[in-house]
Amino acid sequence: MLELAIKGSKRYYGLLAVLAGIAGLGGAFWLWQLDFGLGITGMSRDVSWGFYIAQFTFLVGVAAGGVMVVLPYYLHDYKAFGRITILGEFLAIAAIVMCLLFITVDLGQPMRMLNVIFYPTPNSMLFWDMIVLNGYLFLNVVIGWNVLEAERNNTKYPSWVKILIYVSIPWAISIHTVTAYLYCGLPGRGFWLTAILAPRFLSSAFAAGPALLILLCLMIRRFTNFDPGREQIQSLAKIVTYALILNVFFFLCEVFVAFYSQIPEHMDHIKYLFVGLHGHGKLVPFMWTSMALMALAIIMLIPPRFRANETLLAISCVMVFLGTWIDKGLGMISGGFVPNPLHEINEYVPTIPELIITLGVWAAGFLVLTLLFKITVGVKEEVHA
Amino acid sequence: MESSRRKFLKVAGISAVGMSVGTRPVLDALAATGGEHGEIKSPEMVKAENALSAVHWGMVIDTRKLQTAADLEPLIEACHSIHNVPHHELKRQEIKWIWETEFQHAFPGTGTQYLNEAAQHRPFLVLCNHCQNPPCVRACPTKATFQREDGLVLMDFHRCIGCRFCMAACPFGARSFNFRDPRPFIPEINKKFPTRSKGVVEKCNFCAERLAEGKMPACVEASKGAIAFGDLDNPESEVRKLLKENYAIRRKETLGTEPSVYYIV
Amino acid sequence: MSKKMYNKEQVVAGLVIFVALVSFPFWYNFGKAAPAPTLELTKEAKAAKVCVRPTEYMKAEHMQLLDVWRDTVVREGKRIYVNEAGKAFNMSLSNTCLDCHSNKAEFCDRCHNYASVDPYCYDCHIDNPKETK
Repeated sequence: MLELAIKGSKRYYGLLAVLAGIAGLGGAFWLWQLDFGLGITGMSRDVSWGFYIAQFTFLVGVAAGGVMVVLPYYLHDYKAFGRITILGEFLAIAAIVMCLLFITVDLGQPMRMLNVIFYPTPNSMLFWDMIVLNGYLFLNVVIGWNVLEAERNNTKYPSWVKILIYVSIPWAISIHTVTAYLYCGLPGRGFWLTAILAPRFLSSAFAAGPALLILLCLMIRRFTNFDPGREQIQSLAKIVTYALILNVFFFLCEVFVAFYSQIPEHMDHIKYLFVGLHGHGKLVPFMWTSMALMALAIIMLIPPRFRANETLLAISCVMVFLGTWIDKGLGMISGGFVPNPLHEINEYVPTIPELIITLGVWAAGFLVLTLLFKITVGVKEEVHA
Repeated sequence: MESSRRKFLKVAGISAVGMSVGTRPVLDALAATGGEHGEIKSPEMVKAENALSAVHWGMVIDTRKLQTAADLEPLIEACHSIHNVPHHELKRQEIKWIWETEFQHAFPGTGTQYLNEAAQHRPFLVLCNHCQNPPCVRACPTKATFQREDGLVLMDFHRCIGCRFCMAACPFGARSFNFRDPRPFIPEINKKFPTRSKGVVEKCNFCAERLAEGKMPACVEASKGAIAFGDLDNPESEVRKLLKENYAIRRKETLGTEPSVYYIV
Repeated sequence: MSKKMYNKEQVVAGLVIFVALVSFPFWYNFGKAAPAPTLELTKEAKAAKVCVRPTEYMKAEHMQLLDVWRDTVVREGKRIYVNEAGKAFNMSLSNTCLDCHSNKAEFCDRCHNYASVDPYCYDCHIDNPKETK
């Protein structure tokens, strides 16, 4: 099946070349970071996690979002999704690859990363994160490959694949729960120390993942002979709508808890993000943009007429993706670290090299996604030809 | 031979496993290398005779005896100089094991706007609290941050992968990360103590290397009696006596991390 | 029945390039074999006559010994090594090993460079405590 990835149009090769080029540039800057140290980023003693971990956190959500296609089809026999489960699974693979790359570029001593395996530490959430992320990658690779191959050969996939599929469903929930548990069990970080962090992560994931999937489906329909299907896209849109509403609702719950209780420790981080604190407020415009995007997206997604209009839907999905990206990416990480445990404020701004490395990892992920989707489209076109 | 490729792979796999187990080099740093004569002892690794030991090391800082920033400077300098702590120019890359700050920062969320004038303006010394229930140890995925039997929370710089999870976990902001090679920024290297490399987290170690030689931590020595250090588990120790006779507080006690550093205010 | 080799020219060309690349170290360094390294001992080392452990043991196992030392010192807090002869040493690369072998460039580096080994110990452990520059 791999040969389907190396036969394509000039436009396809062009896309691969551009993505590979950006990824290569990011790689070159990473080599510089390996030599100099993480000092080339904007991270600091107070904001010790920045863009890299923010992207990782967001992309774990996108990977988990794939389960929103798998679950209805395999557990509830929603036949329509049978057409596109493979797209969800391959999107999950690309997202997890990016997650693992972002963790790698964030490490101070990446050559020692196997220490997490040599010295297993079950009380550490990072240990479990390593296990669930790699496990999920493995699951999706095996499941996706076998299901697609079976489809190509017009046969049923082997029965053991079904077991893996059933395992992958709770596993998808677990990857984002464990990632949330990285944050919500830390006693010194009031912004993250909330039971609703894991549910909020999951709802944001189930909005962002399917939103991206919708956009990818629309693109596939536009540029190839495979049409993922109108009904499928509409079902995904309903999922995005409800998940986004839940995400915003959970956030409003947090705001209520903080501001009705008037506990400074809890209010301060939200204040820093949305109105600034003690004169510092670099993130304020971003946070309000995120809220506006999500609110507007909700307004555009609830009425069935708007949702059914695929142009409007595409715009809504872009807004959902961007809005949740700012909320989880920028807001959550910086908001947790500022103010610091001594109630001092040192803001975080990413540097250019940091952004280039980030872009490089995104490009690498989309390179993987392009290759996998090319193979998928190749099979679909073969089978339906 | 139908499945010859499969058979080959099976045999190759089993041989690989067998060889890797069978030819494992046997290391024994404690094995006797053998000598010409009959009496060979195996090498041993022990503590020095004059090494200090305790069940639970703790520190009591009498802030009444450290009234100004000038009082605290020699303590901070003592620690940072013997431990090769670098002086970085960029604030965001700074590394500090022990430093001074105001009451409202050392004890955020406590104290009122009508706080006693003296306490409001007095500089407070903050450092790693070597908690008994340390969240940083819970967070570390490699046990590079670990808790010793005597209560010290220490860093194994050889094992640290620089993930900085411990920095996120610390409720006291006690930890620093080496964003770049520290060596060019060390004013005067103490050759008896290692430096760190880029990419690892570091913090106060309660001078474990000095305790091993029978000495008090550097800041304690430099404090001329303002800081007491001893075994909190021993009712006769100086630290326990101080705690019995004075009211002392700890930072962020409600979090349950059980800091081992007490402040007499 | 003979099987046809497709793309014979590309396959053979590829094989030639591959073999050339893989054998690069051999033909590039032909005739440049370096002599085995000679180590210089400092005055103190010569006077001490024997290291922490016998020389043959140290030659073969000093890396493992240092590895055990570092875990014992850092993680167990034990700093004294009593060897078979009953002699006690501080388990410290900088303050024991390099204190006696204070000529890293003429001692440690000789074998390390020859074997193309780059131990990262020296990133942190001061490599010449007795340097009087």
